[in-house]
Amino acid sequence: MTQPKFDDLEVGQEIGSIEFLLTRDSLVRYAGASGDFNSIHYRDDVAASVGLPGVLAHGMLTMGAAVQVAVNWVGDAGRIADYQVRFTKPVVVHPTEGAVLLVSGKIGAIDAESRTARVDLTAQFNETTVLGKSQAVVRF
Amino acid sequence: MSQTIGVVNVNVQGKKYPATSPYLVGREKIREFAHAVKSNSPTNLDVFAAQAAGYTDVVAPPTFAVVIQERSLATVLADPEADIDFSRVVHGDQRFIHARPIVAGDELTSQLEVASVKTLGAHSMVTFETKIYDINQELVCTAISTLVVRGDE
Repeated sequence: MTQPKFDDLEVGQEIGSIEFLLTRDSLVRYAGASGDFNSIHYRDDVAASVGLPGVLAHGMLTMGAAVQVAVNWVGDAGRIADYQVRFTKPVVVHPTEGAVLLVSGKIGAIDAESRTARVDLTAQFNETTVLGKSQAVVRF
Repeated sequence: MSQTIGVVNVNVQGKKYPATSPYLVGREKIREFAHAVKSNSPTNLDVFAAQAAGYTDVVAPPTFAVVIQERSLATVLADPEADIDFSRVVHGDQRFIHARPIVAGDELTSQLEVASVKTLGAHSMVTFETKIYDINQELVCTAISTLVVRGDE
């Protein structure tokens, strides 16, 4: 894969998209890897008892997966200098079918002085945007 | 629950918590975390690819700093003075500002400060700023996290 060149970048340029399938297995794997064992992320009874529509994906899993669109585009996970999201809607993960998270990115701003580009990410589940102000600043 | 105020003690605004003990970032931990966030980035997974890109070892995914942040956050949630009811906490937003990427072999400590406590109707919003340092006390990452603590409706 050829890596993007800073001088060729344009604001508004699409950088790609990824469809992630988040299953209950994904949630258990993320719980173990991150140490976040809040049981609303793997137990239906606990999720129901606190009034949730079902077991939810960790917000940090959604955040961590979404940025892979920018990582794959630039080709190096170490070049994400700044990354922020707002958690606006939950991702409900069905026990057998999971949840499909569709993430796409485009260039929102370019800073020639610092040689960085801001990638604006859109993350959708069930045609609803689940992350707000999802921005990754990429170093060149 | 009859208590309608005091889901968070506003007096903890500005409070700094002691630095955590060093966390040694392992190569396999980075790979495990990378798989968990569905990364297939070579610099996360492959030592040779990471070294070819100029790093000493595999780099952590951009959100790995949450693992370090959590260690500091745990001390706050256990602090009786802060008085945060964990069962009412929802993650509002999150940001990681990296001075440099986290690399396998790093020994990291974190220092958390309660940046702000705001009340919004029955809810409280608490923003934590966690500075993550390497063994030379150089800043690696600033993690900013806002938790929303739901009050009684």
